[in-house]
Amino acid sequence: MSPQKRVKNVKAQNRTSQDSNSFQTTLSAWKVKQGPSNSKNISKHGQNNPVGDYEHADDQAEDALQMAVGYFEKGPIKTSQNKDKTLEKHLKTVENVAWKNGLASEEIDILLNIALSGKFGNAVNTRILKCMIPATVISQDSVVKAVSWLCVDKCSGSTKVLFYRWLVAMFDFIDRKEQINLLYGFFFASLQDDALCPYVCHLLYLLTKKENVKPFRVRKLLDLQAKMGMQPHLQALLSLYKFFAPALISVSLPVRKKIYFKNSENLWKMALLAVKQRNRGPSPEPLKLMLGPANVRPLKRKWNSLSVIPVLNSSSYTKECGKKEMSLSDYLNRSGSFPLEQLKSFPQLLQNIHCLELPSQMGSVLNNSLLLHYINCVRDEPVLLRFYYWLSQTLQEECIWYKVNNYEHGKEFTNFLDTIIRAECFLQEGFYSCEAFLYKSLPLWDGLCCRSQFLQLVSWIPFSSFSEVKPLLFDHLAQLFFTSTIYFKCSVLQSLKELLQNWLLWLSMDIHMKPVTNSPLETTLGGSMNSVSKLIHYVGWLSTTAMRLESNSTFLLHFILDFYEKVCDIYINYDLPLVVLFPPGIFYSALLSLDTSILNQLCFIMHRYRKNLTAAKKNELVQKTKSEFNFSSKTYQEFNHYLTSMVGCLWTSKPFGKGIYIDPEILEKTGVTEYKNSLNVIHHPSFLSYAVSFLLQESPEERTVNMSSIQGKKWSWYLDYLFSQGLQGLKLFIRSSVHHSSVPRAEGINYNNQY
Amino acid sequence: MDSYDIPESTPSASSRPEDYFVGATPLQKRLESIRKQTSFIPTPPRRKIPQCSQLQEDADPQNVAFLLHKQWTLYSLTPLYKFSYSHLKEYSRLLNAFIVAEKQKGLAVEVGEDFNIKVIFSTLLGMKGTQRDPEAFLVQILSKSQLPSENREGKVLWTGWFCCIFGDSLLETVSEDFTCLPLFLANGAESNTAIIGTWFQKTFDCYFSPLAINAFNLSWMAAMWTACKVDHYVATTEFLWSVPCSPQSLDISYAIHPEDAKALWDSIHKTPGEVTQEEVDLFMDCLYSHFHRHFKIHLSATRLVRVSTSVASAHTDGKIKILCHKYLIGVLAYLTELAVFQIE
Repeated sequence: MSPQKRVKNVKAQNRTSQDSNSFQTTLSAWKVKQGPSNSKNISKHGQNNPVGDYEHADDQAEDALQMAVGYFEKGPIKTSQNKDKTLEKHLKTVENVAWKNGLASEEIDILLNIALSGKFGNAVNTRILKCMIPATVISQDSVVKAVSWLCVDKCSGSTKVLFYRWLVAMFDFIDRKEQINLLYGFFFASLQDDALCPYVCHLLYLLTKKENVKPFRVRKLLDLQAKMGMQPHLQALLSLYKFFAPALISVSLPVRKKIYFKNSENLWKMALLAVKQRNRGPSPEPLKLMLGPANVRPLKRKWNSLSVIPVLNSSSYTKECGKKEMSLSDYLNRSGSFPLEQLKSFPQLLQNIHCLELPSQMGSVLNNSLLLHYINCVRDEPVLLRFYYWLSQTLQEECIWYKVNNYEHGKEFTNFLDTIIRAECFLQEGFYSCEAFLYKSLPLWDGLCCRSQFLQLVSWIPFSSFSEVKPLLFDHLAQLFFTSTIYFKCSVLQSLKELLQNWLLWLSMDIHMKPVTNSPLETTLGGSMNSVSKLIHYVGWLSTTAMRLESNSTFLLHFILDFYEKVCDIYINYDLPLVVLFPPGIFYSALLSLDTSILNQLCFIMHRYRKNLTAAKKNELVQKTKSEFNFSSKTYQEFNHYLTSMVGCLWTSKPFGKGIYIDPEILEKTGVTEYKNSLNVIHHPSFLSYAVSFLLQESPEERTVNMSSIQGKKWSWYLDYLFSQGLQGLKLFIRSSVHHSSVPRAEGINYNNQY
Repeated sequence: MDSYDIPESTPSASSRPEDYFVGATPLQKRLESIRKQTSFIPTPPRRKIPQCSQLQEDADPQNVAFLLHKQWTLYSLTPLYKFSYSHLKEYSRLLNAFIVAEKQKGLAVEVGEDFNIKVIFSTLLGMKGTQRDPEAFLVQILSKSQLPSENREGKVLWTGWFCCIFGDSLLETVSEDFTCLPLFLANGAESNTAIIGTWFQKTFDCYFSPLAINAFNLSWMAAMWTACKVDHYVATTEFLWSVPCSPQSLDISYAIHPEDAKALWDSIHKTPGEVTQEEVDLFMDCLYSHFHRHFKIHLSATRLVRVSTSVASAHTDGKIKILCHKYLIGVLAYLTELAVFQIE
């Protein structure tokens, strides 16, 4: 084993030993090296550690490589009988590793020496040379050493040719070239070898600097050309010489372009790509392109090869175009403009916002948060229009379900959408292009692909008239909603909640900004509120139906109530004149839920509705002028109805009187005698367990619990117990909606709902 | 007073769009039009049969002759920002430099030599539907000849042109900073198209998208082009259907004598000068049933990929060849419509 390798391993161990788990893996890998007898034991050990297994395999491969390199270093062993077999095995090892991961520069150093020293036969040398593929780079010293072997003439002509071809192919991966350039004279002398000449020419072509061009070399080249005729490789070198020193070469060279050098690296084409990729870091694109020439839209890839989003460039082209016709004032203006490349901080943006040089491609702002600020505040129509067109077209081009067989670019598309969503979150504003894109793409969406991104785009739809957007977006979304799983339903509700929030934020900002600037949407407040209320009603309809489809799933109900937590607070939180109640299907499902947290959430929402309605009522009384947004008495009636039901059930134990009305005859038919208190805070299915544990806490040794014992003082203790269990919603609800006297169970409860 | 009433389940009557967007920005207007487009049938149910336009007659036939009988690859193009017809010379120079730079990129061999190409921008006079349509323009890449004795004008390596025929709907929505030439047609190596396209995208902040023609629009083309009066037919009317099956897809070619096709069309056609959706459907259905009678194959279950007539031929990949000078504008008008639809 070479010393370098050992050092590397120790380093690796140090690096990984920070967490104990991987330390173990490294240890196991070390054990393998000790001897093959251990290996069984270790592989068993590695079974519960897939990572370990992987490393293990990798390490084994490296181990074999070390052995192979060692073998070649020692040279062929004459005595060994199955020499060929061993040789073959080791060669295979080296080849496999080389083509898969490339070789370390030390390994290349050793093997290159072996290949050119003539220790082995020609065939072996060829095979070794062919797999001299670097993992990352080749050290310059290795090359110099290798060249020195060429002088002793130990290797055959064909090996030399192959070496030169290799050198040309790997030229870019040699870490430094100064010393190689010092060997220029040696290489130049090799031109005389007819077989080597084309490849040496190519190497010289890559190597030549201005100072290498000397009159005697020019003469030599011209001599060679006279001897061998017009060879393309000689012409190439000559044209390069002529480029560096036009005075030295008077012969006219044909201008017509040709491929001067036969593609000498084609032996390693795939390997080169792999090395480049390794050096560049993870980017699977080039290899994929190579393997799949039958790409559906190769053009697109070629046009914007690097990324979907253009690079930020100030508009230099257009500037240049008009240069001749520019007047003096233009020049003066120009000198005042601020180049984008210098824009680094927010204060800079503020200082130069009036004279910012805009990017040549507006799409590039997507990656630049400072310019996003600019886009956000500028109301310059061309700027927005350029961005709009770019984003619309890019979305359309990239969208993967528009095209068959384009799913391999799925990740790219997802990333692109993520970038857009990040920008929208950053600006707290949706892009019109995205909305237009949704119109076109939502009807074709399968509900799976890029789901999270897509639903986020929905939540960033800019505020607009709901009835206009509904047939284009929400009707399509509803189809997917009803036919998909409960999880999809929950995600949709979640994104609709965010949509509502975004709209509300936008509107509340807009209302307050109105006196200062003219908002882009000259909407009337009534129209806006109408649109929001339609959205809420729409979600109410979705929710009610979904509850039926999912048989009153608690999970779903949580998401629905989350939505209404936003809805109930619109008046106070966003200062917008709107209160919309939930539909009965949701209210009663929540009230009769078996889940305490649902009921708790319902209590909280009812409490907030009450606050909002009270505040609205108060405002109405104060400012009689703004009567346009008085809530209809119907809203209050509806709320009171719900409140009556709730109090009737939970508090006064009169469940089926005023709120939920059920004919007494039907109730009698059920045969339940004690139905009256069966839905109060003690007997309600979701509270029963609390009541039991409350009583057990009071008297732990009791075998039977007597629910009806919770009365009077105990009733208040029980409530305190419930509140202490985290039922804050219930607490708020009872504190605000139930006014109870010292005798709580008695009739002295007065819920002040008389508006 | 309860002027604002929360709707029960049906939306209240006060949902006129005017309430929402009184002084909307152009972007919002655009969105409005997209909404309208998306909510109704994407294409109008009736179109005019291509006519020989007056403007085109003004143009020199020699000028446009080279546009015929060539296969063009179609692209849609968003409006060009700050494009100016008075700078065409300048653009030639810049694009030339750009192409040379792009071609030399990454090639070690190309040291110190001039790329022998020449870029020419020129306007195509008269290539418009209405006076409002911006002037079409042409970009050509020529190879400069080596020897002075040869023809001074070199070989044309690549040609591309930009046009807008009856593009009113698009023109209305953009300001004067933009030049709307939504249809781009290219002929030549795709690598060149890519380089030139990239230059335009960088310079005028526009966006090229390949313009594919779906089967629905191909049927429209078939009907409209069959309806055209052609003095002498130069090609048979041919349809190509593709059956997706493995390992190789099966193509069905269906050729009809152009006069038979015209006769079929005349028997269907009612309103003079116009083609309606029903007529297009009926025309195709007739072809289908005829084919089914003979071969027992339902062509309606396959995909129409190509239509060729004496007027023009079009492939679903977005390739077109225009054969008839008389209907050049008519064909381009429909293509412009498709391109505008794609960029809206």
